[in-house]
Amino acid sequence: MTDAVQVQEYDWSGYRGVLIYVEQREGRAKPVSWQLLGQGRRLADKLHTHLMAVVIGGQIEHLAKDAVAYGADRVYICEAPELRDYRTRPYSRLMMQLIEEVKPEIVLFGATATGRDLAGAIATHLPTGLTADTTELDVEPDPSRLLLASRPAFSEKMMATILCKQYRPQMATARAGVFEALPRDNQRSGEVLRLESRMGEDDIAAKVLDFVRDQTSVNLEEAEVIVAGGRGLGGPDAFRLLEELAEAMGGVVGASRAAVDAGWIGHEHQVGQTGYTVRPKLYFAIGISGAVQHTVGMSNAELIIAINKDKEAPIFQFAHYGIVGDLFQIVPALTEEVKRRKLA
Amino acid sequence: MPDSREIRIDPATNTLIRQGVPSIVNFYDLHGLEEALRIKEETGARVTVVTMGPPPAEKSLKTCIALGADEAVLVTDRGFAGADTLATSYVLAKTIQKVEQEWGKVDMVFCGKQTLDGDTGQVGPGIACRLDLEQLTYVSEVKQVDPIRRTVRVGRKLEDGAETVETRMPVLLTALKELNRVRRASLPGVIRGHRYKPIVWTTADFPDLDRSQIGLKGSPTIVAKTWVPEAKKVTCQWLSGENAQAAAAGACDALWDNNLPARLGWIRGGAVHD
Ligand SMILES: Cc1cc2nc3c(=O)[nH]c(=O)nc-3n(C[C@H](O)[C@H](O)[C@H](O)COP(=O)(O)OP(=O)(O)OC[C@H]3O[C@@H](n4cnc5c(N)ncnc54)[C@H](O)[C@@H]3O)c2cc1C
Ligand SMILES: Cc1cc2nc3c(=O)[nH]c(=O)nc-3n(C[C@H](O)[C@H](O)[C@H](O)COP(=O)(O)OP(=O)(O)OC[C@H]3O[C@@H](n4cnc5c(N)ncnc54)[C@H](O)[C@@H]3O)c2cc1C
Repeated sequence: MTDAVQVQEYDWSGYRGVLIYVEQREGRAKPVSWQLLGQGRRLADKLHTHLMAVVIGGQIEHLAKDAVAYGADRVYICEAPELRDYRTRPYSRLMMQLIEEVKPEIVLFGATATGRDLAGAIATHLPTGLTADTTELDVEPDPSRLLLASRPAFSEKMMATILCKQYRPQMATARAGVFEALPRDNQRSGEVLRLESRMGEDDIAAKVLDFVRDQTSVNLEEAEVIVAGGRGLGGPDAFRLLEELAEAMGGVVGASRAAVDAGWIGHEHQVGQTGYTVRPKLYFAIGISGAVQHTVGMSNAELIIAINKDKEAPIFQFAHYGIVGDLFQIVPALTEEVKRRKLA
Repeated sequence: MPDSREIRIDPATNTLIRQGVPSIVNFYDLHGLEEALRIKEETGARVTVVTMGPPPAEKSLKTCIALGADEAVLVTDRGFAGADTLATSYVLAKTIQKVEQEWGKVDMVFCGKQTLDGDTGQVGPGIACRLDLEQLTYVSEVKQVDPIRRTVRVGRKLEDGAETVETRMPVLLTALKELNRVRRASLPGVIRGHRYKPIVWTTADFPDLDRSQIGLKGSPTIVAKTWVPEAKKVTCQWLSGENAQAAAAGACDALWDNNLPARLGWIRGGAVHD
């Protein structure tokens, strides 16, 4: 009787490199794209392989340079007027062509509406496994080179690590605001390659008739300062106080779901599991208790200051600075003090 | 009025919600069904509901019948268990093909934006891809369905705004909750739903099913482990909150100690001066 020899089940040596899909609109990249390049760089370095980016769109030439500055070794760009608006068919066709040509071992997308739409189509075409909405990404080194894609499950109370052993590439979408972009480095060098867009009538059956940018939309994902309020505000009026503080600091207003559900402020302000995941330089949590569905969205902020009248509120376990007191007294005083010191 | 147009909906059962929770229709799928029913009322289309899940899922199919669907199919088999989104979309695509054989051409497929538990939002795009349907995800409004030109115009809601897209049939849409207000079942509807026996299809009903593509075996993603994340440990420095002025001063000191005025560009240069 002989013991079965441990053999490598699959030979994936033909698949190398990490590929990041750079999502953009009107030539502006979504911040998650640069965050994914940052994480992609870490994964590629650990695997001793190269990091690639792909940009598809109308006028996007300049984004190739940005992608290099944010960590890519090689950028594929596909520019054509008919690619200005995202549509599933032409974009997925181009991505398939690229993936089949360069055979990356890992492909990552932002878990945005577009990223999910695109990745879902590509993974089925290939076919391969696709892990949704990941918040942790790591790799095992040689020989397995497996992507360890982890995502929250059961209302964020648990995490699940998902593997894709039998197919390549390994694909995942990743939540915005979770991974850190590398500092921009204009000295970095990288290769820029062009992809031909060969589209037939069939590819462009869908027509985007118009796009209306959300004017009220606050840009929580890109904000450096967020002043967030919760049920402790007691009503819509108190959000005026938060707006004044935010304005004094060049920031924007965020909110807990309790405040959004109460109708005190729009959903586009919501931070957390069913809102935005943010990583500003400064986050104020005011009258927010700190439920896990809220903290998953903000605990990556660089500096967190919490104001709450309850010393036992869980938010203080996440805050670097805590003030136990009445927000109606403290917030206006803080606004004044910030203004005064900025002028000093 | 005879009409060959058909509309199909796929509500997911909450099969992932364990323990005694009755099988309920996924919340987003109800919005998909509602929209299909409205189109039915306008055009006389036929609405078929399909779901893949264990037998208790019958109950949610009855709910869909009570609301006004014409027929409901439960696709169930041990062989389907453990499916990830790739295997799920394979079986649902096969199911829709079989629905076409039974009742005629499918022009529109409605899915939810996502389920409440797995919540990947990948099953809709997977079905569209397999059946070569046009794909309209995150639909917040169906603006126009033109059965003659065979086009559909919808509003889609994205993170940064809203767009209007027009495309041809056949098409798959995934529904947001903004799409509509879900109706309540009428009394005759409730009775009809109560009496209705959903049509059941198992692997035996799909002669050309590729067994390597279903269930756990057909699922490339493997849940390798689950764990409870540890809360990030941060030590909170307490600032006095007794008097508002002291609290404000303390918070500002904290900002200045952490060099935020320079990092945020409130002051030029970067050097903090007193
Ligand atoms: C599936 C699911 C998804 C969810 N998604 C999200 C999400 O994305 N984002 C989110 O935020 N929540 C989410 N939630 C809800 C979450 O569980 C909490 O219910 C919510 O975050 C609570 O909001 P809050 O902290 O504002 O309210 P509360 O928990 O009611 O806290 C109010 C706080 O204000 C303090 N307070 C009251 N008066 C004052 C005062 N005068 N001065 C100072 N402090 C005061 C109180 O001490 C208290 O700590 C989700 C829940 C579920 C089940
Ligand atoms: C914790 C956890 C994490 C998971 N992570 C992943 C992952 O990252 N990648 C992956 O591929 N799978 C994953 N799965 C498996 C996946 O959830 C199941 O395959 C599930 O049955 C379908 O996917 P979904 O819930 O994500 O559906 P979604 O894609 O979110 O559902 C969208 C819509 O598709 C339709 N639909 C979905 N399932 C059915 C059905 N059975 N019958 C009829 N219509 C349906 C419904 O209209 C639904 O609203 C995970 C499961 C768990 C429990």
